[in-house]
Amino acid sequence: MLSEQVRVKVDRELKKYPPDRKQSAVMAALRFVQDEKGWIDTGDMVDVAAYLGMSQMGVYEVATFYNMYNLKPMGRHTLTVCTNLSCQLVGAMETLDYIKNKLGIRVGEVTADGKFGLREGECQNVCDEAPLLMINNKKTCGHLTKEKIDQILAELDKE
Amino acid sequence: MINIEIDGKHIDVENGCSVIDAAHQLGIYIPHFCYHKKLSIAANCRMCLVQIEKAPKPLPACATPVAEGMKVFTASEQAVKAQKGVMEFLLINHPLDCPICDQGGECELQDLAVGYGGSASRYHEEKRVVLHKDIGPLVAAEEMSRCINCTRCVRFGIEIGGAMELGQAFRGEHAEIMAFVSDTVDSELSGNMIDLCPVGALTSKPFRYSARTWELSRRKSISPHDSLGSNLAVQVKNNRVMRVLPIENENVNECWLSDKDRFSYEGLNSAERLTKPMIKQGGKWLEVEWQVALEYVSNGLRQIAHETGAEYIGALATPHSTLEELYLLQKLVRGLGSQNVDFRLRQSDFSADSKQTGAPWLGMAVADINHVDRFLLVGSFLRKDHPLLASRVRQATKKGAQVNLIHATDDDLLMPIANKEIVPPAEMTTVLAQVLKALAAAKQATLDTSVQQVVQSVTPSAIAQAMADSLASGERVAVLLGNFAQQHPQASQLQLLAQHIATLCGAKFGFFGEAANSVGGYLAQAVPFAGAEHGMNASAMLTAQRKAYILLNAEVELDMQNPQQALAAMGAADMVVALSAYKHHAMEYADVLLPITPFTETSGTFISSEGRVQSFKGTVQPLGDARPAWKVLRVLGNMLNIPGFDYNNSEAVRDEVLGGTDVSAKLGNVLHGVSAQNATWNVTGLQRVSDVPIYATDAIVRRAASLQKTRDAATPRALIHSVELEKLNLQSGEMVKLTQGHGSVRLSIIADDSLPRGVVRVAAGHTITAELGAMFGTIRVERA
Repeated sequence: MLSEQVRVKVDRELKKYPPDRKQSAVMAALRFVQDEKGWIDTGDMVDVAAYLGMSQMGVYEVATFYNMYNLKPMGRHTLTVCTNLSCQLVGAMETLDYIKNKLGIRVGEVTADGKFGLREGECQNVCDEAPLLMINNKKTCGHLTKEKIDQILAELDKE
Repeated sequence: MINIEIDGKHIDVENGCSVIDAAHQLGIYIPHFCYHKKLSIAANCRMCLVQIEKAPKPLPACATPVAEGMKVFTASEQAVKAQKGVMEFLLINHPLDCPICDQGGECELQDLAVGYGGSASRYHEEKRVVLHKDIGPLVAAEEMSRCINCTRCVRFGIEIGGAMELGQAFRGEHAEIMAFVSDTVDSELSGNMIDLCPVGALTSKPFRYSARTWELSRRKSISPHDSLGSNLAVQVKNNRVMRVLPIENENVNECWLSDKDRFSYEGLNSAERLTKPMIKQGGKWLEVEWQVALEYVSNGLRQIAHETGAEYIGALATPHSTLEELYLLQKLVRGLGSQNVDFRLRQSDFSADSKQTGAPWLGMAVADINHVDRFLLVGSFLRKDHPLLASRVRQATKKGAQVNLIHATDDDLLMPIANKEIVPPAEMTTVLAQVLKALAAAKQATLDTSVQQVVQSVTPSAIAQAMADSLASGERVAVLLGNFAQQHPQASQLQLLAQHIATLCGAKFGFFGEAANSVGGYLAQAVPFAGAEHGMNASAMLTAQRKAYILLNAEVELDMQNPQQALAAMGAADMVVALSAYKHHAMEYADVLLPITPFTETSGTFISSEGRVQSFKGTVQPLGDARPAWKVLRVLGNMLNIPGFDYNNSEAVRDEVLGGTDVSAKLGNVLHGVSAQNATWNVTGLQRVSDVPIYATDAIVRRAASLQKTRDAATPRALIHSVELEKLNLQSGEMVKLTQGHGSVRLSIIADDSLPRGVVRVAAGHTITAELGAMFGTIRVERA
């Protein structure tokens, strides 16, 4: 069963679509679930499917297609480092290696304390700020240097 | 019409037609994988790329609509280069395991790779691996690395099957076909995905590694199961049926088969097959020669006819028997002087006998179902009883047809239902009367006197009104009665009311029909009212016990309306002759077992619910000493000196029955001389609602091992509304004792709030529930 808060948000989303096209809200619904608990398990997909009158496999297709949906717990703060071409040209791989070493985890893993998760991501359309990372798919931090990364991690650590 | 040119040939095609369809009309083959004429266009395999004049790049023929004056080149240098390029990409990740692949020899990828593939690969990196999946006992998904992601199976599930059980998860190089988490594919049409799969990713689990396609001979046959009469290609090796595939017939099964038709062949080779005539002597079964067994039978029957009167002989046959078998059975019985013969074993109301204008049938052509715009379905487990007819109704709903349903259970039909009224069996006539009243008001019509009284006493509910409005607004309406309505204790009342509803809205009116020969049984005169004198029907033969019974294919405790009564009658009889392909429970009560052949080992005829006469030949030799039942009956007829049993072949029998293949004059659903009555039957306590589960309908499927492993064949449970469960002070999941008459069974009981109150749903046709009584009626539930 989806939580009350998620259902309210999905209902608001559903108003944008015709009543017989409820499945149009599937991406939003999955996003709300992820915002709430940080990731989406198959049980959540079953709930979303039931709420939108979709097949479970239909929801699964969407959830697995888009890589911004976390299909396993990715820590309280998920750091997504862009490794597309523009970022690579200005040292995205070095940035990624630095974060890996700093946190002691590999891509796709979560720190032992559950605070940080690390992912590789795709282009954020702000290549002028490369290299960059995103925090929980919400906040973009650009022009990354080692110092700036230290600072970001320290701030997140305090939260 | 639009004029286009393909490879220099001109053709006029309809607007909106795709290039690939136009090419196929011209007989030009364009290579393809994801395109399928019955499925939506995906255009994801790109194999059908063709050159089109003025287009800068090759275009996919399946997704390119024709345009006036278009010039298409399917085999030009540009087209072939593009097709070869696509093939090289498809082969990059495809394993080179054709020698051990079950699809080898009938693989679309293999065939096209011969024409378009290179002799060596330029790709030297690692191939991707996709893990195998277990998606159930019928469809094997053991080698998913072979998948080329055409998504035919996914589209089939959504568009034809009605449920998206398979999907394409992940993306790009990681995309793979799978079911949700560890779900199985439970569709009753799932086997078609095997046919659709152009490679060896989805293969038939029961058939795997048992034969190569080129070793098999392919013989035509007709499905002996549901009333559709699907056209089968029975594939045979070493005189054994190895596999069954569809033969395309657009008017019947299109290019599909239900899983029941496809996988039931496993039952043909069951270890329970009866291969020798057997006689019980001193409580022990002895295998004997045919001559001995037949003399025993003819002497026994002659003696009973002589001593107690021929009317003490009764014959019961299943509607899965062929026309010829049913005809000779009744001829034999009538020749002995008895009129007691019936094939309607699960029917309980026989008051319409001889009051009907002909044999009850679908009332329309099967193919016309797709074009109906308003349905009224009464008492039908449509999806499980008639999988492919259900699919046709589903296709109609996609074009906007409204389905109105009156039934006692609310099983998901996997299609939109406009209005439904789910009521206990005893209230179904009332609902129909309400719809009739509302419809008469809407049409300002005066009702016939036969229904006036009943209609006056009801007030249409909002749902009945909505149904009437829906039916009144249709142009092509169909009112169809299902198996449940035919087995219902008020079947003729339901029929009468439905008939008047159909008349008022100018609808086609008919019955789905329970089995392959539900129409044929009437035409073969295997009913007690076919002669000048009337005999006893299937139910009466059990209530007033006979001295001798002849059973044709019937397993009485599974095939009859009231197993308890049937077993009692068999037990009390002096002589029971069982003509059966299997050793079954008759071993307990029969005196003679005569091994007859299933449909693959005999020639015969089935008449489908639309009145289509389909004859077939035997596909393999009879197993052991088993013989076609029509031959056994012919010999018995001769031994008993009954005239007219000199047939050279089964065709001669058929021609004597039908005198041609057009039987339309003998079909008719209209009731005369029956009037609707107010009195519902006396309802006390919980009422039983029974379905015959899809894989429990007849002797062959009951022995088909793989079908018996599906979810549809799971051990029956009793289902009941949670309020009733609470009243009984029981918990969902608990074991309970269900009692009808003097018999009881133990089942677990499950709360199911889609059922109406006051009913318990318990499956019939299953050994576990064979101790119970009639399929309808009062049933007691208590803690076990």
